[in-house]
Amino acid sequence: MSHRSETGQGRLLPAPENFLAPSGQERRRALGTLVTGAAALLVATKLQAKGYEANPAHLPPNLPPSSRVLGMPVGSDPYGAPSPYEKSIIRRLSPGLTTTPHSSVAFTPLQNLFGIITPNGLHFERDHNGRPDVNPYEHRLMIHGLVGKPKIYTMEDLLRFPSVSRIHFLECGANSAMEWGNPAVPTVQYTHGMLSCAEWTGVPLSTLLDDVGFDAKKVKYILAEGADGAGLTRTIPIEFALDDVLVAYGQNGEMLRPEQGYPVRLLVPGVQGISSVKWLRRLKLGDQPWNTREESLMYSDLMPDGSSRQYTWIQEAKSVITSPSGGQHLLDKGGHYEITGLAWSGRGKIKRVDVSTDGGRNWRTARLQGPILSKALSRFSIDWKWDGSPALLQSRCIDETGFVQPKMRQLREVRGTRSIYHNNAIQTWRIDTEGQVHNVQV
Amino acid sequence: MSRSETLAAALTLILAAACAGAVAADFGLGTAATPEQIAGWDIDVRPDGQGLPDGQGSVDEGETIYEAQCASCHGTFGESNEYIAISGGIGSLATSQPVRTVGSKLNFAPTLFDYINRAMPFPNSKSLTPSEVYAVVAYVLNLSEVVPAEFVANRESLVAVKMPNRDGYVQFPGLMSVHGKSDTHNTACMKDCESSVKLSGELPPGFIAGMYGDIDDNFRGLASMNGQAPPASALPSERDATSTAIAPASSLLQKYGCSACHGIDKDIVGPSFQRIGARYRDDHENAVATLEKKIRDGGSGVWGDLPMPPQGAPTDADLKTLIEWILMGAPDR
Repeated sequence: MSHRSETGQGRLLPAPENFLAPSGQERRRALGTLVTGAAALLVATKLQAKGYEANPAHLPPNLPPSSRVLGMPVGSDPYGAPSPYEKSIIRRLSPGLTTTPHSSVAFTPLQNLFGIITPNGLHFERDHNGRPDVNPYEHRLMIHGLVGKPKIYTMEDLLRFPSVSRIHFLECGANSAMEWGNPAVPTVQYTHGMLSCAEWTGVPLSTLLDDVGFDAKKVKYILAEGADGAGLTRTIPIEFALDDVLVAYGQNGEMLRPEQGYPVRLLVPGVQGISSVKWLRRLKLGDQPWNTREESLMYSDLMPDGSSRQYTWIQEAKSVITSPSGGQHLLDKGGHYEITGLAWSGRGKIKRVDVSTDGGRNWRTARLQGPILSKALSRFSIDWKWDGSPALLQSRCIDETGFVQPKMRQLREVRGTRSIYHNNAIQTWRIDTEGQVHNVQV
Repeated sequence: MSRSETLAAALTLILAAACAGAVAADFGLGTAATPEQIAGWDIDVRPDGQGLPDGQGSVDEGETIYEAQCASCHGTFGESNEYIAISGGIGSLATSQPVRTVGSKLNFAPTLFDYINRAMPFPNSKSLTPSEVYAVVAYVLNLSEVVPAEFVANRESLVAVKMPNRDGYVQFPGLMSVHGKSDTHNTACMKDCESSVKLSGELPPGFIAGMYGDIDDNFRGLASMNGQAPPASALPSERDATSTAIAPASSLLQKYGCSACHGIDKDIVGPSFQRIGARYRDDHENAVATLEKKIRDGGSGVWGDLPMPPQGAPTDADLKTLIEWILMGAPDR
């Protein structure tokens, strides 16, 4: 195994020694030496410790078995699934976060993803009363209230309306909630993984509102209700509804996954995820907000003076470095690394992302990888040579309104530490002299 | 009118018609919702009480329902922190340890009706009658001493309740519109932006290993950027073969909501499955019938005072699978 990869890319070891139980002391020493030079030997040790080693008989000039035998027949896996070698790239629940798995959240493994689209099987899942099994042939969407013609739509009806497809992120309002007071979780999967991005297909809500003849003078708000056990409800302002809200049934080219609201959900771009009500069964048009449990007791932002900000819909601009990120390990001192991550804004497009490697003293502007879309994830990257000294990695985004992502302390100055929701602070990853990456705050 | 004028007039008419069509296209989709259909689904209740149904319930009536259907999760006095606490915490919101409860945080009593009516009790939502919901609402409000013991909840009385935190909500326009202005004001400084950088927080030593175990396989392979070989834990293993043996029981625990109250090896609200298995497995023959009856009928007293609600949902076959798994000692892999 060479000291560097062929591309010259510095290598990342995803297993910092301090993540190991005390029995890992041997490896602690081993990994300590690794950075100082004997990389090849110690990577082999690491592989061996994990029970995986490349068989020399399968390496050049020899051929691996896959080149000598008949493979699986075409169509033997009619839907398809990731390679078995990818089986650990999964959504995860954060231990101890919720009492019951029926009202809980499974986080997207952002550290392992490329580009801006989240694979459907890895889109984060947040349910409030379990994931219902909804029969699309029985599912109905009712629209009523301040309308001329209250109507019931079948899925057949919804699929026949003129449709649009748009790429948008979804971020839970409570993303990064555990980090308001101090670092609390180890990896970017848990700090930022209530975040995903997909191409959504559906009917513009405005089309359906026209179809029921909504009362444009009186209607100020819409109540969206789910068909799950929670009957989850949220208030949507009419100006959002007439702008870019979708009644969505498609996700990255296929029907919604059950955990994303099969067969139909609301998709409210740029707004905290809970407003994109899943298993959508009812829309009621009215003239006042509903003050539902999910916008009073919960999902309201507690301020230091004890007041609660209500109806804080917008997800402000935010970014995070996904690699190197917490839990990884830089192997090559003097190695070249690509720092990469994601940026997004509920107010429109990302204009710029800056990256600091010294805790925010100095910044360099990163490359943005297209396409740059409104209310969608944008991928950024920047080259970095790690000289082996401690580093504090940060990213800071600016959206098209000119808003600059805040520092953690700036957020706390105005919102305290008990807000739960809307933590869009700059994330810091500390790299120590051994190359381990830690979740820290400055 | 000249010929060209006539033509222009006709064109104008055609264009007007076309535009009107574009504004309000009739797709001929959907069917009219009848008043009966709407009434069945139109369950939302606004904070001003609009939508509250007929019916009423007293604190005493609520106590009976609460103890049978709610206390197992929320605690007899609504104090349980296992699930969301519903009483206590009044006056705590401005402190460093805010306790968010119905009593301390909720602003309008009709919202409590709306939520219990649509989402509770947790495993069997929408199973209470309107009067039962009124009764539970009355009892829960009484737990927080928001209403007296003789309170009877109905449409009028709920609207009149003044919650302790009625005036505790504010609206911040900065986060309510896409055009809003934030309350944070960072600048895009590029050079010498901080005079000093100090760490203000880190994870405590041993925390990750204790909470998350070995997280090697949270990443793709050794060098996640380079697509190198994956750790063994990422590979298909023998464990998959054994874990399929308990897969049916595991999915039933999720399906019927058993795992909301019982852990495999940990007590949650009720005892762990492994403790139940240990208690009954020596007398396998009688144990099957005993457990079947206990699960079907519910009850209390064996493991504590909190009652287990009756479980009608599992099919006989599923129930048998679950009981056999429990009596195997509830293996989790």
